[in-house]
Amino acid sequence: MGTMNTVLKVEHLKKYFPVKKGLLRRGYDFVRAVDDIQFEIHEGETLGLVGESGSGKSTTGRCILRLIDPTGGRIWFKGQEITDMSRKALRPLRQSMQIIFQDPYSSLNPRMTVKEIIGEGLWSNRDLSAREKKERILETMDRVALRPEHYDRHPHEFSGGQRQRIGIARAVILNPEMIVADEPLSALDVSIQAQVINLLERLQEEFGFSYLFISHDLSVVEHISTRIAVMYLGKIVELASKEELYNNPKHPYTVSLLSAVPVPKVQKKRGRIILKGDIPSPLQLPKGCNFHTRCPRRIKICSEVAPEWRDLGNGHYAACHLY
Amino acid sequence: MATVLNITDLKTYFYTSAGIAKAVNGVSLSMEAGQILGVVGESGCGKSVTAHSILRLVPYPGKIVSGYIFLDDQNLMALSKREMRRIRGDQISMIFQEPMISLNPAFTIENQLVEALLLHLKISKGEARDRAVEMLRLVEIPAPERRIKEYPHQMSGGMRQRAMIAEALLLRPKVLIADEPTTALDVTIQAQVLDIMYRLTQEMGTAIMLITHNLGLVAESANRVLVMYAGKVVEEGSVRDVFENAGHPYTQGLLRSIPMPGERRGKEQHQLYEMEGIVPDLTALPRGCEFHPRCPFVKEICKQEEPPWCAIGPGHGMSCWLLA
Amino acid sequence: MFRRILANRMGLIGLMVIMANVVLIFVAPWVATHNPLQIDILHQAAPPSKAFLFGTDEFGRDIFSRVVYGARISLSISVLSVLAALLSGVIMGGISGYYGHWVDNIIMRCMDALMSFPAILLAIAIMAVLGAHEYNVVIALGTVYFPRFARLVRGSVLSVKEKEFVEAALAMGTSDLVIIFRHILPNCLAPLIVQVTASLAYAILAEAALSFLGLGAPPPAPSWGNILSDARNFMMYAPWMTVFPGVAITLSVLGFNLFGDALRDVLDPRLRT
Repeated sequence: MGTMNTVLKVEHLKKYFPVKKGLLRRGYDFVRAVDDIQFEIHEGETLGLVGESGSGKSTTGRCILRLIDPTGGRIWFKGQEITDMSRKALRPLRQSMQIIFQDPYSSLNPRMTVKEIIGEGLWSNRDLSAREKKERILETMDRVALRPEHYDRHPHEFSGGQRQRIGIARAVILNPEMIVADEPLSALDVSIQAQVINLLERLQEEFGFSYLFISHDLSVVEHISTRIAVMYLGKIVELASKEELYNNPKHPYTVSLLSAVPVPKVQKKRGRIILKGDIPSPLQLPKGCNFHTRCPRRIKICSEVAPEWRDLGNGHYAACHLY
Repeated sequence: MATVLNITDLKTYFYTSAGIAKAVNGVSLSMEAGQILGVVGESGCGKSVTAHSILRLVPYPGKIVSGYIFLDDQNLMALSKREMRRIRGDQISMIFQEPMISLNPAFTIENQLVEALLLHLKISKGEARDRAVEMLRLVEIPAPERRIKEYPHQMSGGMRQRAMIAEALLLRPKVLIADEPTTALDVTIQAQVLDIMYRLTQEMGTAIMLITHNLGLVAESANRVLVMYAGKVVEEGSVRDVFENAGHPYTQGLLRSIPMPGERRGKEQHQLYEMEGIVPDLTALPRGCEFHPRCPFVKEICKQEEPPWCAIGPGHGMSCWLLA
Repeated sequence: MFRRILANRMGLIGLMVIMANVVLIFVAPWVATHNPLQIDILHQAAPPSKAFLFGTDEFGRDIFSRVVYGARISLSISVLSVLAALLSGVIMGGISGYYGHWVDNIIMRCMDALMSFPAILLAIAIMAVLGAHEYNVVIALGTVYFPRFARLVRGSVLSVKEKEFVEAALAMGTSDLVIIFRHILPNCLAPLIVQVTASLAYAILAEAALSFLGLGAPPPAPSWGNILSDARNFMMYAPWMTVFPGVAITLSVLGFNLFGDALRDVLDPRLRT
């Protein structure tokens, strides 16, 4: 795409989870967690992936890292197709694609020390001597503002924000090209979130990696992303640059999402769009457009035919019959 | 404006093996009928414990050590356990973050709502049921006559929370305490639930205490806001005053550390403000002002003595040495 | 952490009993007053006296010395059988929990089959097939206890497997074996340790029962169980022959149970963080 390097490319990605139809009935229903999506991540950029529960954003993150195997579609990483690669063949690539988790408490092995956790990726590396490995670990620790005396401590001796930084160090030490950050801030206090956000940005500047930033918090996503994809019930409904999305949202879901986010500023009552009804169960997706049951602007065709993914110009894409 | 709830110098301590955790350390506040009071703070600031103290539901090893809580002209601290039970649900209600935990999964919604009604009112079961259905209708649960017979797990998160609100408002309480009511909900559902809550309480004239760590929620819906830190109230005022003219360094730091929509759409890419340090250990609070180790404007006196409460403007005050 | 165990009074008592047993194993030759196998026709069924601290049995053998040496057999058999059960249980449970699906199904159904036999009956059946010998007791008891360990380990593995730090290791490209041994198993230790101490208590009892039935350590080697067995016929006239080995069994079992309980109290809530 243009002159930028594409680090990750995804086409027609699908992940369906089989669910038994009932105790006695035969056959399976499927939860369409990820239902035919496509996007790219360019070098050095942050693609924000927002959505509510059931949108499929976490599943997408794990699929592209092949932590879950996709049901369909194709994934390219640095030009190589990794969709069907064996685990053995994937291993050398794994260094280049890492993940940061949401829960700083369960994402670190409580029995390992900081040194072991961060240095795990270096363990099997034969090119570095033990001393060089230690130096590299200490250096990475310094970059995430952990002090050298934390080297031999265990996770339970740290606060949530510090643990998250250990997790970030673990992801960063291997010099990856892409990092999937799966709700990395949700479990942290507001003031600690600021620390971690700034850290993530600083590291990106230094190392030059790309982020897939998964979150339900739109303010944070707006702050940190270059481009943003909005997901609803397994489909991407809109994808655009940050400015385009916030200044000129096209899809009705994006519009209502943006208006629902509470803004920490005292201002006149905004024209809030309050959606009626609940998010449909992923087992019984509405016919046609997933969103039509709650859409304030639906037209007849929305309940019959699923909308296509269209290029609206200026890097702005949406799937909606209105366009 | 009628003052419905008045708390003076509340202190609730937890006697643990690791020391005495001063969860609430001298909190005073008042709530007016029909008004929404936002209580904000980060983890460990004591906002939840304050709420539980009002209802005298502080779990062991916590204990309300001192202070007065007046509901209208009744001193809640002086009531017997039995009398307090009559207040709960009837005059003061509370809703929680996780409705799956607060609604009994083994009973139908009907069971729980009717039980609550019969506990406090001398009406027939049939009448109780009708009132419950009506309440469910008011919280916009579709087909309430059918839904009332469902179990909590059969409902979505948003619906459960609305059922919780219904249960809390059944007896038209004077005060509703909402402890992080929407944290577990999706953003679009959150908007829905809050909208219902505010509309109903406006009609009933209930005073709401909205406890949250989400400053956006407070800015959009509350009338007044209380900022808490390490068991104390550090700033209080109208929402406009506190958000636009914050006096306390903690409040200022908090406001500067949250990403504001729209601030990065231009060319400048400024960073979020990072507050130094972490929240203090409640069993080992610093001497003087609890915030001084992290305060960018710290003075000598801050390290020695507790700051007094000073007025920044009419109805807007803070606990800080900067103005004293 | 050890401080906390020591602070628990019951646990401390249990620990002391266990230590006493362990010490006894080593210093038996010096503590015993007589040769446990030595027959003394002159002093058959003699009551406790200065020479024979616990009295003698029908062959004139000093019961005190037999009980002291009996500790060796009883304890070594129980420790060995629990160890065998532990090792095989960890391997089976680990594989079952980690790989899941049909592997898990097959292994667990086998475990269920084994567990459906009452423990003692199964042990008796195995001993009947293998013949009475100390090592056979280890095999028998090991087989009886290993499904319980396997189940426990499988449960722990299943829950730890879902933790995000395991996902992180996978994302790092770590191999399965390393994940099982470095990440999963160390985090399953707590309930395992408690089960081990409980099983040791049961094993002592079971060994005593087997020996009592004549299916355990073959005579004339003294084990607490077969001392009891020999004394069965003399309960009326020479109660000391049953009392002392009985007390030895009771104390040991109590010791392990108390210690295990204290350990569980200390480990469980802490390791839940």
